[in-house]
Amino acid sequence: MIEVQDLDVRFGAVHAVRGVSFAIAAGESFGLVGESGSGKSTVLRALAGLIPGWTGAMSLQGRALGPKRDRTFFRSVQMVFQDPYGSLHPRQTVDRILAEPLAIHGLDGAEARIRRALEEVSLSPIVRFRYPHQLSGGQRQRVAIARALIADPSVLLLDEPTSALDVSVQAEVLNLLADLRAARQLTCILVSHNLAVVAHLCERLAVMQQGKVVEALDVAALRAGQAQHPHTRDLIALSRDLDG
Amino acid sequence: MTNPLVEINDLRVDFPGPNGFVPAVRGVSLTMGREKLGIVGESGSGKSVTGRALMRLLPPQARVAGSLRFDGIDIAAATPRAMRALRGARIGLVLQDPKFSLNPIMTAGAQIAEAWATHRRGSAKEARDAAMSLLDQVLIRDPRRVYDAYPHELSGGMGQRVMIAMMLAPQPDLLIADEPTSALDATVQAEILRLIDRLVTDRGMGLMLISHDLPLVSRFCDRVAVMYAGRIVEEIAARDLHAATHPYTRGLLDCMPRLDAPRARLPVLARDPRWLA
Repeated sequence: MIEVQDLDVRFGAVHAVRGVSFAIAAGESFGLVGESGSGKSTVLRALAGLIPGWTGAMSLQGRALGPKRDRTFFRSVQMVFQDPYGSLHPRQTVDRILAEPLAIHGLDGAEARIRRALEEVSLSPIVRFRYPHQLSGGQRQRVAIARALIADPSVLLLDEPTSALDVSVQAEVLNLLADLRAARQLTCILVSHNLAVVAHLCERLAVMQQGKVVEALDVAALRAGQAQHPHTRDLIALSRDLDG
Repeated sequence: MTNPLVEINDLRVDFPGPNGFVPAVRGVSLTMGREKLGIVGESGSGKSVTGRALMRLLPPQARVAGSLRFDGIDIAAATPRAMRALRGARIGLVLQDPKFSLNPIMTAGAQIAEAWATHRRGSAKEARDAAMSLLDQVLIRDPRRVYDAYPHELSGGMGQRVMIAMMLAPQPDLLIADEPTSALDATVQAEILRLIDRLVTDRGMGLMLISHDLPLVSRFCDRVAVMYAGRIVEEIAARDLHAATHPYTRGLLDCMPRLDAPRARLPVLARDPRWLA
């Protein structure tokens, strides 16, 4: 479904991503884990077409991705960002926020689609005519997920989708993502610094450090303690340590 | 020790809303000495408001009732001058995001030196030396470079170290850390908390660690107070956390995904209206 070969990204003198390669099958959930500055979000943004000037090869469903993406791409690939405060337009109602992708992609039946989208993320219909500041953080992230899903994408890119939320709300959003993934057969890439969150939602993950993938393994191996690379082991030790 | 460092009795804080006053803190009582106390709860549970009330840093329209004492001083009755002598000098406050709490147009070193000079009175040279030494104490490897760096040139973890150095400059008795690591990632988080832990222990200070992360807090504190909807629902020694009895505390512990125990679904916190009573 998604293939990334030797992806390289530079920002001026900073070499943010160094030769990253991975492949993800349709319906699979793949995690990218690492500390701040490890390049994990940059990989996601390059894939989403939000960063110009990368080198290497990326393809979606066998079609190579260029520097400019067409409308079909944006319809099939959608992204959810970390901070629901920053990613929703503060002066648009939820209704308008959800109507925009429909207008862009020329989809009809907006009324029914918006109602269904809200229902799908378990938001009450009264939320529809509220502004983002009138919603809680968890509700806002649900709106962001609804917006990502309203144009029926096949790939969902999640950049730290629960890091800004309380643990109780994080549990709700993770359950929601798991349900949606199963119901819609979505292919997901989840970027997070929280190993436990990635292990919960993904089957396979890659650990990044200083722009490189230092280890790729499946979650079962991770849980069984079969990680090889010292950095992965450090992250595991830390995660267990803080879990008490 | 005769006097506890902090005594809070039946603290109530209300904020004006469009339909009258909204309670944020509803009768919190707690006592702490020179120990490490964690205050844990979700957004809106009143944990930060409790910390701010102790420094009298709430907005003027907030209605505060109940008694707050710091080292025997009545916070509600203290004069503005007495409060200024308390803030910074005796109670330090570290906030969540160093990006917003540091002055963006002053170098890190100048800010620490300013904090030192305000409370300790000394020459510019002494302030500079003190700031260098503080940067060293917060384990910054290259104090000289960081001294002359502006906040935007520092990483989040580095910025938070600068913030901590600044708060330690006047040698306060109590450090209130309000979500000090929520803006940082896991590895840096642990480093910063270990640093706070060590500095607080070495100096015999009290620490009030306010956070939404229950396991994290329990690892670095002696005692944990769990807040829900403006009240303390459970107070427990950190090492007994696994034996917590309140369903809210249990819920917070259960809803975290864990590496060692895979689960198909995460248990979601079912809120019981009786917890509000």
